[in-house]
Amino acid sequence: MSGERKNYAILSKRRLADNVCEFKIYAPLVARHCKAGQFLILRASKDGERVPFTICDYSREEGSICVLVQEVGYTTVMMSRLCEGDALEDVVGPLGNPTDLSRFENICLVGGGIGSAVIYPQAKQLFADGKAADIIVGARTKSLLMYKDEFMACAKGAYFVTDDGSNGDRGTVVDMLSRLIEQGKEYDCVFAVGPLGMMKAVSEFTKAYGIPTVVSMNSLMVDGTGMCGCCRLTVGGKIKYACVDGPEFDGHAVDFDEAIKRSRMYKEQEAEHLCRLRGEK
Amino acid sequence: MNGSRHLMPARDPAERIKNFEEVALGYTRDIAREEAARCLNCKNAPCMKGCPVGVRIPEFIAKVKADDLDAAAEILHADNNLPAICGRVCPQEKQCEGLCVRAKAGGAIAIGALERFVADFALSKKADASGAAQNSYKIKNDAQNDANVDFSGKKIKVAAIGSGPASLSCAADLARRGVQVTVYEALHKAGGVLVYGIPEFRLPKDIVFKEIEGLKALGVNMVTNVVVGKTLFIDELLEEYDAVFIGSGAGLPMFLGVEGENLCGVYSANEYLTRVNLMGAYKEGAVTPVLRGGKVVVVGAGNVAMDSARTARRLGAEVRLVYRRSRAEMPAREEEILHAEEEGVIFDLLVNPVKILGDENGFVRGLKLIKMRLGEPDASGRRSPVPIEDSEYDIEADEVIVALGTTPNPLIKNSMPSLEVGRKGVISVDGEGRTSIPRLYAGGDAATGAATVILAMGAGKRAAKAILEDLKVR
Repeated sequence: MSGERKNYAILSKRRLADNVCEFKIYAPLVARHCKAGQFLILRASKDGERVPFTICDYSREEGSICVLVQEVGYTTVMMSRLCEGDALEDVVGPLGNPTDLSRFENICLVGGGIGSAVIYPQAKQLFADGKAADIIVGARTKSLLMYKDEFMACAKGAYFVTDDGSNGDRGTVVDMLSRLIEQGKEYDCVFAVGPLGMMKAVSEFTKAYGIPTVVSMNSLMVDGTGMCGCCRLTVGGKIKYACVDGPEFDGHAVDFDEAIKRSRMYKEQEAEHLCRLRGEK
Repeated sequence: MNGSRHLMPARDPAERIKNFEEVALGYTRDIAREEAARCLNCKNAPCMKGCPVGVRIPEFIAKVKADDLDAAAEILHADNNLPAICGRVCPQEKQCEGLCVRAKAGGAIAIGALERFVADFALSKKADASGAAQNSYKIKNDAQNDANVDFSGKKIKVAAIGSGPASLSCAADLARRGVQVTVYEALHKAGGVLVYGIPEFRLPKDIVFKEIEGLKALGVNMVTNVVVGKTLFIDELLEEYDAVFIGSGAGLPMFLGVEGENLCGVYSANEYLTRVNLMGAYKEGAVTPVLRGGKVVVVGAGNVAMDSARTARRLGAEVRLVYRRSRAEMPAREEEILHAEEEGVIFDLLVNPVKILGDENGFVRGLKLIKMRLGEPDASGRRSPVPIEDSEYDIEADEVIVALGTTPNPLIKNSMPSLEVGRKGVISVDGEGRTSIPRLYAGGDAATGAATVILAMGAGKRAAKAILEDLKVR
């Protein structure tokens, strides 16, 4: 039966949190060479837009890859309506560069919201390499926390925080990181992935401590191969492309304010598209 | 017999900027015959020397004159794999038509318009018959091309990377000789720059897809969503195939390098055109967004700059094109410049942006320009622009489209360090497209830097010939 599988078919769909689903997709060519930290671009339907997603898990044997989809825009809301057995229109990847944390020993992984999708494969990899990391996962509220059991299974220490205190400590991931460092934890690397504001806050905090910090930039993209320049950002005063130079960069060198502004370029259009989609219900 | 050149009928500018339908309407059969009759059928055919793929121009034109369009199509397709496309996008005035002896007697023969007419005739005829475009037209049968050797019995396999003009042309020539060709395209649609770059109103995508369907009918396998260098590696392809052709184009946009270039509303022409052409952002209800309307400033004066300016007009903007040299140095095809002017694009010549100005939300609000004058000719023979001191001034803008050219994408080189590249990362090849690695060939913009569709096609054809020669030796 596996030989008969339709390319880009949804093999399984699992709800991880409010508004967040994990999709396992049949894409053997993507699974063949992908590594943790890389991403893919998909189109959910004919005439759909091209949207990048981090590959959060993969199986070369099965020819499958997993992505986490949070319902925030037109394509993600549309995807949330697809079911096992449906197929996506297009999937291309793996794109971008794999994460390379091999030069670090004491790593703290920080995930905010959907950013957990990016730190999870790292957590697994570091655990397998005998360098299990401390993991801080933050979310607005308990129902948005994901991969809790998975993180507990492969972390040196797993710490969960929510803005409203509904799970674990009340506060932000920076509050938790600050507390751990005060307790005497020493990190030679912080790997932070989440919303731009959260990565900015973590990077500003670690800069004061001189802790090397890696962030994963989730810029808007079109082709994902360096052709359009849509995903460009300023890193250390130079223009870089998230798709081919990244997606990971030195958090202390990224111009987050510019990136935040660029992420809002199509806010109006996106809101309109979403209304249209929801109106069609 | 001695009349002047027949103009290509075009849609009315005021009406055509309201939509993306094709601007140039093509000759009727009568006009084509009359224009063909102007051809002097020169024995030494100077026009042919200007054609990168060596189309037998006087011969096909003679058949148009005789109203034998099937014969004309056969002659045309023998040397040109994508004539309906070339008839629309070739810079004929710099190639075949530039060498026409009638240039001073009523104007050069409209070779491009005649090529388009014949190719469209062939496409419509094939579409009626089988939906496939070109499979019945035979490749040129001369000793040099050794067309009598058919490789279909040998099960030779070749991969082509990219599905733009270089790869399509290479694939067509190989497939016609019985080679099993697989084309790998990074995007979700085949066609490369013909699909993502050149707008619908200049090259209808329907024509590109028909040409591609024709290639499929020849047995070419089209695989989309594969980024070679990421999804698959060249080493793997060399293991799987007898030869590999790199026709990945020049995909990396150049920017101005001035302050403000990352403001919202600043696009590379690549991004702007890809959103509109490939993703269909101009269509009602499109999912892919593009900023539209307001005041648009396009920087540059090549074909891509004209395409961007004319696209922005159609999206409802007031469009100003800024160029640091003068009209005479504009690199675009003459027809594109004329069409842009007719459509109300304002040309601001001898000025250069020094800064892009933004508002508090990070959106473009204008540009600071400096006036230029032309100095001494540079290495390319063009007079180089020199800034005039203290001549800066500001203009308003809501969007800026930077169309300054492109450089080859380093993805393939980065995944294959032993591949030799030259200046600006273009892949080094010999005259026939052989790279530094055996069985690996390259052509088109990937090996020359940004150029034209027809030069890429010529390179694809030469590489196909080299592949056939080299494989026979093995």
